Amino acid sequence: MTEPADGEKINAASTADELYDCYLRKTSKFPHVWCSGCGIGIVLGSLIRSIEHIGLKKDDVLVVSGIGCSSRLPGYVDFNTLHTTHGRALAFGTGAKFGRPALNVIAVMGDGDALAIGGNHFIHSCRRNIDITAVVINNFNYGMTGGQNSPTTPEGSILTTAPYGNIENPFDTCDLALGSGATFVARSTVYHVAELKEYITLGIRNPGFSVVEVYAPCYTGYGRRNEAKTPTGMIAQLGKDAVPFKKTLLNRRKPPGSLEGGKFHIGIFRDERKNEFCNSYAELVKKRKKDMENPISS
Amino acid sequence: MAERVRLITGNHIIAEAALAAGCTFFGGYPITPSSEIAESLSRKLPEIGGYFIQMEDELASLAACIGASLVGHKVMTATSGPGYSLMQEHIGFAAMGEVPVVVVNVMRGGPSTGLPTKTSQGDLYQAKYGTHGDAPAIAFVPATVREAFDATVKAFNFAETFRTPVSILADEVLGHMIEAVEMPEPGSYEVVERIKPEDFSTYSHYDHATAQIGKPLANYGDGARFHVTGLTHDETGFPTNDPELIAKCHNRLLDKVTENADKLFWRETDGIENAEIAFVAVGTASRAARVVINRLRSEGRSVGLYRPITLWPFPADDLKNSISAAKTVVVPEMNAGQLVEEVRKYAAPATRIVQVNRFDGELITPDEIYASLKAALEEV
Repeated sequence: MTEPADGEKINAASTADELYDCYLRKTSKFPHVWCSGCGIGIVLGSLIRSIEHIGLKKDDVLVVSGIGCSSRLPGYVDFNTLHTTHGRALAFGTGAKFGRPALNVIAVMGDGDALAIGGNHFIHSCRRNIDITAVVINNFNYGMTGGQNSPTTPEGSILTTAPYGNIENPFDTCDLALGSGATFVARSTVYHVAELKEYITLGIRNPGFSVVEVYAPCYTGYGRRNEAKTPTGMIAQLGKDAVPFKKTLLNRRKPPGSLEGGKFHIGIFRDERKNEFCNSYAELVKKRKKDMENPISS
Repeated sequence: MAERVRLITGNHIIAEAALAAGCTFFGGYPITPSSEIAESLSRKLPEIGGYFIQMEDELASLAACIGASLVGHKVMTATSGPGYSLMQEHIGFAAMGEVPVVVVNVMRGGPSTGLPTKTSQGDLYQAKYGTHGDAPAIAFVPATVREAFDATVKAFNFAETFRTPVSILADEVLGHMIEAVEMPEPGSYEVVERIKPEDFSTYSHYDHATAQIGKPLANYGDGARFHVTGLTHDETGFPTNDPELIAKCHNRLLDKVTENADKLFWRETDGIENAEIAFVAVGTASRAARVVINRLRSEGRSVGLYRPITLWPFPADDLKNSISAAKTVVVPEMNAGQLVEEVRKYAAPATRIVQVNRFDGELITPDEIYASLKAALEEV
């Protein structure tokens, strides 16, 4: 990220009303498209609280998204916003970040968006370690198109395209990010909003590619077909099932399916530094220009 | 002057022309027969402080270009048939979002993986109809290495003024052919710079009321904080389902090109007025046609050439007038018959249309064009 001067809070705001006034677009964008009980609004709240906490200037933030429920988020927020094609948010974001490294680029994606159609861009963004923060809102199904199974749908779940139960193995988003080279990887849920704000903040501050996965309920598309009684019950269940991850030599992180009783780890799974793409390119340009000025030594 | 004469291929001159036009960002993916464009720019862009990135596929390549265009760069990508197919979704996105981008398609034989190392003109229609929905199309088909320079500079200029994707349809022969070119002096050709809005706080990315071109374009990061979406949108950029606003949005995109088609008009003719036999051809096929034209003229025949360089929007009225006196129109092309369909639309009903098609990967030859014409004339 690009740190504001002296850590100054340029858009100082604190109450919900002040956050609303500062960060949401007012020009008849509401009511929003999300269903009652949807978790995406909570992620939106955490996202703008993180940006406010860091004190980023609104002009210096680009929120980019793909297609799906979560990808409608940029339309509501008063930043530079780019709502792209299905799965390609990171590819658009890469061009924008690379072309203007001073921008803080945040990509908001769903599970199908980021990991199925956008899986290639996801792993290559991790590998490239370009300074973008990817917020993957995982609601375990394709909500906008009517509740079809996605790459993170648990085995056995009932979906509109898995009416007899999903037989596929799900992806673990964080495993994929870790294996592909992302330098900050964390998981939270919409129940754990304090942690969520913290992880997004750390993700934005990490000068490299960051993945923050957020488990979120989709009652309409997923929950009501799979024994959830209410949307709020789904959020409460996330609170019960989440197991805080403590990194010790003996306690290696386990993928969600391997904890007993539907439990899963939340926490920071990686926070380290390595060469970032835009920086490496700037070094390359600098070196090439120097070599051109001193052709003999090159 | 002599030092400006260079032996250079079509692909390399496209890279040079892009830099001459102010390109500062290239995102691409390797594909034969276009890779020399990426290779050339991977050397040169870092030297001028520009940006080169090799993306993970062609979808990502054009996506990165669109993202970079929106932060203020003049951008280009280059590909061939299969990659051009993959880019179609984002050609539509750039049209919908009104984002300037230049897409070079060095055509090779298709369909599918087809003939990676061999030539074709198989993507003439893809350049117009490739993306879904009714998207506007601008495409140039250069015939010589020197003309590829002009086409590339114009492609950047028109991408900026029309705020829409512009395609250059080269082909394998043009891309790899070396010609002696007197490189144009900087200043001898027009370069259109992007117009910045005067006041970022009141900037609106969209204005659906008119088909006006040459409108300002803000960069992300400069203070305008605008929204770009692939969804059909109102003038704030927000999605709409209101039929009236939908029509305005779609009409604006199409009218920009149709109402300003005269600015894009670019074609070459040779003795077309009152010619009895008219040749209509584009790109490298037109060079074979020229040989036949000279031969027929030496036989005393009245022959002319009509060569669109701007293929899309198609110069319908001009072509119609130009070939109205011709009894025979010959359309040689390296595909199964694409340009000929446009010619049929605008030729007088009694005109004899002779189509000469070759799509076996080889350059169409003067002899086969000549033979096809002779055979057609003898049939009468």
